[in-house]
Amino acid sequence: MKISKSWLPFVNPLSQDNPVIVQVLGICSALAVTAKLEPAVVMTISVTAVLALANVIISLMRNTIPNSIRIIVQLVVVAALVVIVDQVLKAWNYEVSKALSVFIGLIITNCIIMGRLEAFAMSNRPWPAFLDGIGNALGYGIILIIVAFFRELFGSGTIFGYQVIPQWWYDAGYQNNGMMILPPMALITVACIIWVHRARNKDLQEK
Amino acid sequence: MENLNLFIRSIFVDNMIFAYFLGMCSFLAVSKNVKTSFGLGIAVCFVLIIALPVTWCINQYILVPGALSWLGERYAETDLSFLGLIMFISVIAALVQIVEMVIEKYSPSLYASLGIFLPLIAVNCAILGAVLFMQQRDFPNPWTATVYGAGSGVGWLLAITCLAAIRERLAYNKIPAPLRGIGITFIITGLMGIAFMSFLGIKI
Repeated sequence: MKISKSWLPFVNPLSQDNPVIVQVLGICSALAVTAKLEPAVVMTISVTAVLALANVIISLMRNTIPNSIRIIVQLVVVAALVVIVDQVLKAWNYEVSKALSVFIGLIITNCIIMGRLEAFAMSNRPWPAFLDGIGNALGYGIILIIVAFFRELFGSGTIFGYQVIPQWWYDAGYQNNGMMILPPMALITVACIIWVHRARNKDLQEK
Repeated sequence: MENLNLFIRSIFVDNMIFAYFLGMCSFLAVSKNVKTSFGLGIAVCFVLIIALPVTWCINQYILVPGALSWLGERYAETDLSFLGLIMFISVIAALVQIVEMVIEKYSPSLYASLGIFLPLIAVNCAILGAVLFMQQRDFPNPWTATVYGAGSGVGWLLAITCLAAIRERLAYNKIPAPLRGIGITFIITGLMGIAFMSFLGIKI
């Protein structure tokens, strides 16, 4: 499939240049919110909104930000956007926002956002920056959802809160793996994803 | 004595990386060799040691409900705690910018090898995490907060140096090609995390 050059910032981060498993950004939240699927999905949507908007705003201001205070400017923009997302979520779905309040605050310290602002938005025009933001957030979301799927399936036997492991399995002696709920197993799940991904993309392998 | 206990506890029991999994991004990406990761660890320590007492004062004298009473009767009821996140992150970002300038001036080679992860200390969750824990735990004075910052920083330094040492050794081992580099690092961090969980039950 031939992809025109202007779409590259959107397509690249989905697999070839994925923020989590290739650029190694945003690991903290990937570990924190993936014990269940629902927070993972809400987190993906929030990060998409914040990252796309922050990329566009910083890209519009890139020529006027003095280099020596750029980190503070970027963080204030991100923090303001996160407060907006938090308020919208509270108005729209109070239950979910109550369950997620800590994680939404964590978006400020999500390295993907700062990383993309530093590496892409500071040196590109608004439209590519917008595509780059959406692409990276979706690439992050894909990993989050895969990890959350396996952790919820094996850790609690549910998917989106619905029981999928039938009761007779438990009667026959099957047990949920409590280890999957703990953060170390999230790391090992991500490692398995990296394994599969790099086995398919030989050019990413390190020698 | 109290402070010494807090210091040791925040290094081993409440280790930022292995107990709370905060500050993973730079931890995984920069730990390729011991020297660079030691440099980053020192930078993180430095930011933590300064950031905690400063944010303690901001929290105590500006943010908590009734903190502004030193301005006069009119402000005795003011509650600015909703400004917490923005205030803290600005203080941390300013500190990181200063550290960045100092390192660029005095050690250009370290500056080059840290690359994008130096400005990313500002969003190192370990630092905002430590500040938020400090706020949560209600430390009685800025010294305790400083000790807590130093302990968390040394814990982070210890973790990243250990991982870097293991990774230097790994370079000589035969690892399946797709797992080389970052994949095996994730697995090792997971295993180290499981090992450090044994400290969790200890009460000092």
